[in-house]
Order: sequence, then C-alpha cells, then structure tokens
Amino acid sequence: MVKLILRKQEYDVRPGMTLLDALKKNNILPEGIIATRCDELIEEDEILKDGDIINLIAAISGG
Amino acid sequence: MKCRICGEKASVNMREHKLALCKEHYLEWVPAQTERSIKKYGLFKHDEKVLVAVSGGKDSLSLWDILKRLGYQVDGLYICLGIDEGIKYSVESQRLAEKFAFEHDLKLQVVDIQKEYGESIPQITRETHRGRIKPCSVCGLVKRHIMNRIARDNGYDVLATGHNLDDEAAVLFGNTLSWSGEYLLRQGPLLPSSLGLARKVKPVCRIYEREMLAYALLRGIEYIYEECPFSIGSTSIYYKELLNRLENNRPGAKLSFYLSFLEARKGGLFSEREKIQAELHSCSRCAQPTSAPGLCSFCRMMERINPISVDENEK
Repeated sequence: MVKLILRKQEYDVRPGMTLLDALKKNNILPEGIIATRCDELIEEDEILKDGDIINLIAAISGG
Repeated sequence: MKCRICGEKASVNMREHKLALCKEHYLEWVPAQTERSIKKYGLFKHDEKVLVAVSGGKDSLSLWDILKRLGYQVDGLYICLGIDEGIKYSVESQRLAEKFAFEHDLKLQVVDIQKEYGESIPQITRETHRGRIKPCSVCGLVKRHIMNRIARDNGYDVLATGHNLDDEAAVLFGNTLSWSGEYLLRQGPLLPSSLGLARKVKPVCRIYEREMLAYALLRGIEYIYEECPFSIGSTSIYYKELLNRLENNRPGAKLSFYLSFLEARKGGLFSEREKIQAELHSCSRCAQPTSAPGLCSFCRMMERINPISVDENEK
C-alpha cells in the first residue's frame, strides 16, 4: 500500500496510481498541497509505488 | 513531467503558466519573477533600504531570501506577538526568524509587544474587547503601527511583506463580495508613502502560495508550519479554499482574477472614487497618521491598557 500523510491524517491508497488520482480519491485539492517522497518534491503524474510514504505539506496559511 | 528548460525531471508544475521546472531552474525562476514584479510595479530600487516584515512563516522568510539573492539591501523585522495557545507559536516563530537571519548573515530587528507595551496580543484583546473573541483585528492594528514606526524611525525607504497571490486573491474576493470600495482602491502591490506612512510593497503578490511553499522547501528554509492558532476557521482561509476549488477546474483563475482587477483599476474602473481623499491628521501622541484629529486608533487602544508605556515607546 501507499500512505499519504496530511497534517497527521493518514490515507491509504493502492500502488500503481498517479499522485493526482490518489489525491482525487481522497478529496484533496492538489492546489492546496506540495507532495514529497523521501524529502523530494513530486508532481501529479508521479506513479506511486508500494511502500511509498507521501508527505502532503499544506500550502494554505494566514488568518 | 519534464523541466521545460533542461528536460530533467520536474519538481514543480505551474498549471497557470503551463510551465514545469526542475529544482535548479525553479529556484532561478522565482527570483526572476519577483524582480519582474519589482520593476513592473516600481516597488523599489537597489539603492533603497528595504525592511521585510518577517513572521517566521514560509512566505516572509522566502521573500527575505529572494530579495537577498537579488542583491537588495534588506533587513528583517520580527514582531513578537506573545501568542502561545499551548504550542508556543510566537516563541517558535521568533526562533526560526532568528535562525534564518543568523545563517544568512542578515540583520533582524525584534520588537516584543509584551516587553514594550506590557501586554501580549491576546491580553490586549481581552482587556479592550476590540477583537471580541479573536485577536486578529488587534493584531493587525498593532503590527501595522509597529511596522510603520520601525520603518520611519530607522530610515527605511520601503516596507515589504510576503503576501502571495492567494493572500491577495482572498482579500480581493472578500472585498468584492462586500463591495468595499475604499479597500479595493488601496489593494495592490504598491501603497505609496504618504503623510507619516512608509511605502508598502508586496513583491511576491503574483506568485501562488503553493509555489512559495515549493520555493521554501527547495531552498531548505525552515519555517513555522503550524498555523497561527487564531487563524483556524478564519474567513480568509475559507476564501482561499474556495478559490483553490475554482483553480482546480480552471487553472489560472486566481491569477486572472487578481491581475484583471489591477488592470481594471488602472484603466479607471474606480476613478470616481479615487478622487475622494480622506483627510489625514497627525496623532497627537505618536505622530503617525490618523483619519480623525487627536489620538490614532493604536494609541487610543493602548491608552486603555497602559497610558505610560505608549508614551515611552513612541518617543
């Protein structure tokens, strides 16, 4: 499985799908995050592999 | 996805520009775009002294980094607001701002609200009830006052903030929903100096928030990730989320919304209102501009807290 982590919330997705599909499946807007794998930035077309841990870093800040 | 310039694997894809770039070229692109905005809007020149308001967040630290890389004379100002709320928000923000300044050999001026005025932002809010439950309006008033004072008293030509395109689009969206004409007139990358008020500029106002985050990450800038505890559930964050939904379906919508607004105003959309100039007076205590004779809103508020400390700090 692939694990997505956004602000301590974890989402499991199947390997083999793109990052964009994984985000859509979990109703996460790509505009609001940057995804990293092993501290490297990855983009929407990245194919997620079994065992991947993807950190989703929220972009929105302010008040 | 490949970098458009070198063909290597792309790190950042900017759908609004139909442009994907690798780390190396992205880290060149962001300063180049910032420089372009500085020139396009006439924000400041290389021989002018710039004061960057630094919060410890990704946008202001990245802006400081970009301006230094572009060769500007740039110092930082950190205002310690005394916000704790169980996560030591201000303490951690200050630590990160100071760490960045130290590592990059930059000058950072720190103003501690509690030390200077005897009360933190949450305490002032509770005592004056100005912010009711949330202290955001008090915080904004205090920060504007101090930023202007430090810029004025230390001979800075211009005060720069790290407002990104999402910040600007969210404010514009809110002001448009309520047709707040006076605010719409003033919003933009450049607020020229006027009686007692420093010039204020937003050099990264055309760069998406997501792209500022990518810049901070790729440059290895350590910033405070936690939100200000008082901003959770704020209207501006709600507007940003709404605009991101729009952007998801129509890439470039946020950029177009903001730039079209600037163009429309330049073209005279608000020309009738622009002729109305509010008469400004000088505050009898701190000498900063105020719309009514007597004390400015900052001094009125602080007088309710501690009449003596304001006088001492404003000397």
